[in-house]
Amino acid sequence: MSFNPKHILGIKDLSTDEINFILDTADSFKEINTRQIKKVPTLRGKTVVNLFYEASTRTRTSFEIAGKRLSADTVNISASGSSVAKGETLEDTAKNIQAMHPDIIVMRHGASGACQYLAERLDCSVINAGDGMHEHPSQALLDAFTIRQHKGSIEGLTVAIVGDITHSRVVRSDIYCLSKLGAKVRLAGPGTMLPPGIEKLGCEVFNNLEDAIRDADVVMMLRIQRERQGTPLIPSVREYARFFGLNGNKMDLAKKDAIVMHPGPINRGVELGTAIADGPQNVILNQVENGVAVRMALLYLVAGGEKLQEDC
Amino acid sequence: MKILIKSGRVVDPANKLDKKLDILVVDGKIAELAANIDPGNAEVINAAGLIVTPGLVDMHTHLRDPGYEYKEDIISGTRAAAAGGVTSLACMPNTSPVNDSLAVTQYIITKAKEQGSANVFPIGSITKGMNGELLAEMGELKEGGCVGFSDDGLPVINGEMMRRGLEYANTFGVPIFTHAEDLSLVAGGSMNEGSVSTELGLKGIPWVAEDAVTARDIMLAELTGAHLHVCHVSTKGSVELVRHAKARGVRVTCEATPHHFMLTDEAVRGYNANFKMNPPLRTQEDVDAVRAGLADGTIDAIATDHAPHHIDEKNVEFAIAMNGVVGLETLLPLTLKLVAEKVLDLSKAIALLTCQPAEILGIDRGTLAVGAVADITLINPNKEWTVEADKLHSKSKNTSFDGQTMRGYAVRTILAGKTVFER
Repeated sequence: MSFNPKHILGIKDLSTDEINFILDTADSFKEINTRQIKKVPTLRGKTVVNLFYEASTRTRTSFEIAGKRLSADTVNISASGSSVAKGETLEDTAKNIQAMHPDIIVMRHGASGACQYLAERLDCSVINAGDGMHEHPSQALLDAFTIRQHKGSIEGLTVAIVGDITHSRVVRSDIYCLSKLGAKVRLAGPGTMLPPGIEKLGCEVFNNLEDAIRDADVVMMLRIQRERQGTPLIPSVREYARFFGLNGNKMDLAKKDAIVMHPGPINRGVELGTAIADGPQNVILNQVENGVAVRMALLYLVAGGEKLQEDC
Repeated sequence: MKILIKSGRVVDPANKLDKKLDILVVDGKIAELAANIDPGNAEVINAAGLIVTPGLVDMHTHLRDPGYEYKEDIISGTRAAAAGGVTSLACMPNTSPVNDSLAVTQYIITKAKEQGSANVFPIGSITKGMNGELLAEMGELKEGGCVGFSDDGLPVINGEMMRRGLEYANTFGVPIFTHAEDLSLVAGGSMNEGSVSTELGLKGIPWVAEDAVTARDIMLAELTGAHLHVCHVSTKGSVELVRHAKARGVRVTCEATPHHFMLTDEAVRGYNANFKMNPPLRTQEDVDAVRAGLADGTIDAIATDHAPHHIDEKNVEFAIAMNGVVGLETLLPLTLKLVAEKVLDLSKAIALLTCQPAEILGIDRGTLAVGAVADITLINPNKEWTVEADKLHSKSKNTSFDGQTMRGYAVRTILAGKTVFER
């Protein structure tokens, strides 16, 4: 099959075959990242703009490295705060960037739907690097890639995701991605962090961590995103860690060979105890590593995939 | 000056009329209704195949004048009204300056009389500056022409202030229009809270934000004996609260908007800010409840909450877009759709657009009784047409129904015997 989407805005609209195709493509790029000379000419002459309206180290760096290893010219723009406060609208900013003829804009924005908004108004490709509380497709793909790497297949696995579900765009993308690939997704968090109707996305909801991780193959912990919280949703970090942190011997409830994941950055001692964060089951740095390969695949496919070679 | 409107189907619920009649208008007043009136020297308007109703009354609009004339003004807003078959409208006080003074009230009334295409009845603010702290001078405002009081757009959060507002307005025999919303429960939300908001990752506004204040204000109306009008009910719970209150004899009335009986929160998929309003689009269950409320008389009026906004205020990320949509030019066909869908019969639908809102506002309109001011709307109920936002008469184009096919519209709008719109 071939799959060359104009944009990557979310996982919801991708088919299982398309997801697998992206993962297979990422597989073929993975090896480049461990070469002595980590660069191929695939995207030579292409311009990728990383337009980040929210602070990000991991995702932005990952996209930047992915672009550079494919020989694209990458430019990073950190726009501050909301477009309103800044005086220029999102559309105007984007159109100014477009006037410089980039091929791909990778955008992170605090407003849900902002990437779709951009895609509807610009000619170039848009890759969603996280929009509000909506989707974070490249994270879900690298999560799936990492699970596949460790478990061989995703079909039939039980994946527990614990934390602030309401404010997490990663969760929404992960639910779509992992359930399309045949996993059973369980969610857990305090009632204040479980949004209404989330089960309709294709998952089971628990209000305690223990039930969610029992016999799970994968335990994914979410960062407590304090900056997202308009009103206090938890009495204290201390109490949160006690009931919803993965610490002590709680991992004994999961399968013996279960892996521990986290989209980062981790709050040690809050959602993740240090012993587990540094323990043998954690694959968090694998996720980061795989993120580069997955983002290389996304840039490559959006830029035209196999058609690129024909052009050369 | 005589006009004869000939052979139309006259639907005038105020006078329990629904039959083919001629209407003779003399000097801006209804002079006679009868079969086969001799035209004499009158100008004859052929209404065969048309429905003839009292000019429609929209009890909830925002004309944005003074202060936000880039969105709408009294001239463009009343022109949109005339194009929609609306001859009388009430306008909310959230202008700049707020309509909390006789000067603003008189400005609105004078400008509408001199340059408008519809009767404009201002609603004054409950509190000065709509800041919830001091009562506005309602007595003088009523004398000046205000027909009710509201801090629409902003709820009166303080319970005692709302109580005193009701008591004080009741002194002068005018209703309080409540915008029922608990802002602490809205907490920055931008759409209805539910599975759609969860999926879209937009912060939701739960139904209880509306219902809690609807309940409080109904109880305050019960306590004070004042007339409470609940604006734009959008939830199943609010409809039920009003229904029960009416059964208890509380002086409460309410209105619903076309968008709340036609659309659900599913429309927000796509993040188009022309589906962002306050209260937000709710669920199918709520839409069904609003329709049931219209059918059983719980809801007294269909009103637009016509809320023009400039494209720059809408063409932005959903969460920061302004609330509200225009509605004057789609009010009639969307109401007729309820007739086509057998939610309402035609007479009931017209009552919700004419005599019932007129009664709440205490205005002598919404009737074709002999002697009444000849505000008349001629409707082609079957004409199919497509909404084109660019072609709306309103200055702002923020409609939820762009590109939608409608059935029925006003072909002629007559204001005090004078045609102000014709197509």
